[in-house]
Amino acid sequence: MADVVATNETIVVIGGGISGMTAAVEAAETGKDVILLERAPSLGGRVSQLYKYFPKLCHPTCGMEINLRRLRGNRRIKVLTLAEVQKVTGEAGNYQVTATLHPRFVNENCTACGACAEAVTAEIDNPFDYGLSRMKAAYLPFTMAHPQRYVIDPSLIGTEEAQKAKDACRYDAIDLDMKPETVTFSAGAIIWATGWRPYDAAKIQPYGYDRYANVITSVEFERLADTRGPTGGRILRPSDGKEAKNVAFIQCAGSRDRNHLTHCSRICCMASLKQTTYMRERFGDDAQSSIYYIDIRAIDRFEDFYQKVQADSTVKFIKSKVANITEDEATGDVILHGVDTEGYHRYDNRHDLCVLAVGMEPSVDVRRIADVAVDASGFIEVNGPNGAIFGAGCAANALDVNRSVQSATASVLRAVQVVNRVAKAEG
Amino acid sequence: MSDLNTTMVNEYRSNFLKEVEANVEEGRWVKMCMQCGVCSGSCPLGPAWEHPPQEIFMMIRAGKRDEVLKSESMWMCTSCYNCIVRCPRELPITHIMHGLANYAHRLGLAPKMNPTRRFAKIFWDNIVKSGRVNEIELSLRLYFMDGFKNGVEKAWSMKDIGLGMLKARRLNPLGFVTHKGCKDTKGIHRMLKKAREIEDRRKGFAA
Repeated sequence: MADVVATNETIVVIGGGISGMTAAVEAAETGKDVILLERAPSLGGRVSQLYKYFPKLCHPTCGMEINLRRLRGNRRIKVLTLAEVQKVTGEAGNYQVTATLHPRFVNENCTACGACAEAVTAEIDNPFDYGLSRMKAAYLPFTMAHPQRYVIDPSLIGTEEAQKAKDACRYDAIDLDMKPETVTFSAGAIIWATGWRPYDAAKIQPYGYDRYANVITSVEFERLADTRGPTGGRILRPSDGKEAKNVAFIQCAGSRDRNHLTHCSRICCMASLKQTTYMRERFGDDAQSSIYYIDIRAIDRFEDFYQKVQADSTVKFIKSKVANITEDEATGDVILHGVDTEGYHRYDNRHDLCVLAVGMEPSVDVRRIADVAVDASGFIEVNGPNGAIFGAGCAANALDVNRSVQSATASVLRAVQVVNRVAKAEG
Repeated sequence: MSDLNTTMVNEYRSNFLKEVEANVEEGRWVKMCMQCGVCSGSCPLGPAWEHPPQEIFMMIRAGKRDEVLKSESMWMCTSCYNCIVRCPRELPITHIMHGLANYAHRLGLAPKMNPTRRFAKIFWDNIVKSGRVNEIELSLRLYFMDGFKNGVEKAWSMKDIGLGMLKARRLNPLGFVTHKGCKDTKGIHRMLKKAREIEDRRKGFAA
């Protein structure tokens, strides 16, 4: 990527999710040069995988589109996808960022016509659907992917399938000889927006995520509800494809637990409340949602949303941390066992499907890449001795979309100050 | 009702939580409970408890002193440790339950006929005597704790298991004669006496 020019007045943004995109756009719109690095083949991150946002229940495609427009229209932003940062060295005003650019095997000629995907028969798990669906090994990550370019999965390289894909391409866009490249950029300030990943639910042994087909995570449920998802928006349970009209939501699945994540992940309560609205949307009065909770943390103005859901007669609230889950093998139903706190009643409740509202953890161990102070959960310290490396969004804390965007904008202001100082010193 | 009980009532008045924190083993953890209920749901004997652990913690905080200390509940704990493993705040629930039971016993409030309490007492007296458990004596005392007739009936119903243990040489019928204590029984007694003194001093129990 010889065409990337970076100086120590450049701001490098690591991570192209909603926080990174926001940071890149905001920084560029103040007149700074920005390099945006994303590990995946396209921008968008986890927000693009949501069906709806809370509390307004609008679709994330809308917000993403606005950001993409601003981003595409700004010549100060250089976007590099499939770019994995390996090492960051240096100090404020003078950083060196080393990244590996993984091969896409598709160049800029691609028109996203899809002929390669038609030619290829090999299939791989679709990470966009958290593995709930399979897709061709030549693929567009998702409909709104930026850049709008296909990707050839590395597993195809060296097989006949790869040649088939190449032969099918009418634009000479497939280059099977692409190799990984290592590049180093200068940067004056770095915005670290590597985001979060869902906590590994299989580690919560009593809930049997790894044993029972009908125990899924909240992010997977989000894909089930999405009309562009693996079931076309029908809420079908994995074991037998039956409509899941009676769904249990378990809060604090991995969060606020000294055996797992000690922090409160903040979004999960609202996510489950939001997902009960999907149930009503699909099944009307036939929907049955049960939320098992320790306490509902609908912060600030989200209280209104909570009250609206409370008023819905199809939603039940059970104040109890579920002790364990068993499966009725004959029907595939899941049975939740526990004792509630409002009266100490013992229950064994049967549900079609159980959704674990899993917690957030930082998606990368930042300290392996850069000398950065993090808190006990691995989130970047906002006021740590981190020079000009600024955490943004969920790399800095467990945040919802709204607060991630605020955090990104705040980090830009700090980065801009550093870069301005550098510019002044250099005259 | 013991003198010790009167002393504690006067000392702590209505603040039962403080009393538990000061006198019950691991009692300082009680206030950390966030009432999620995972302990109660995870207890294999859960349905047999009148008040599950979660409720006991709440009762302590609500100052229900008599209800807690006279309860049979904490005597139900079999030390399986399921609750400790799952507690999101790592409360040592098993230890707190035993601590509460022990405290209730020392105050003379524990239910007199509770089988766990009686077994614990028989076991303790047995092991203290020689520094080692005399198994045959322990078993017989346990069988006959409710009188001779009851003991014979119990022993008869368990005869197959008893004979099996004899055959497998897991039970020595001559244990009364052959039982050997530890080398320095008097030393053990001195140690236990000292330990008791230290505990009483630390907890402010009148000797």
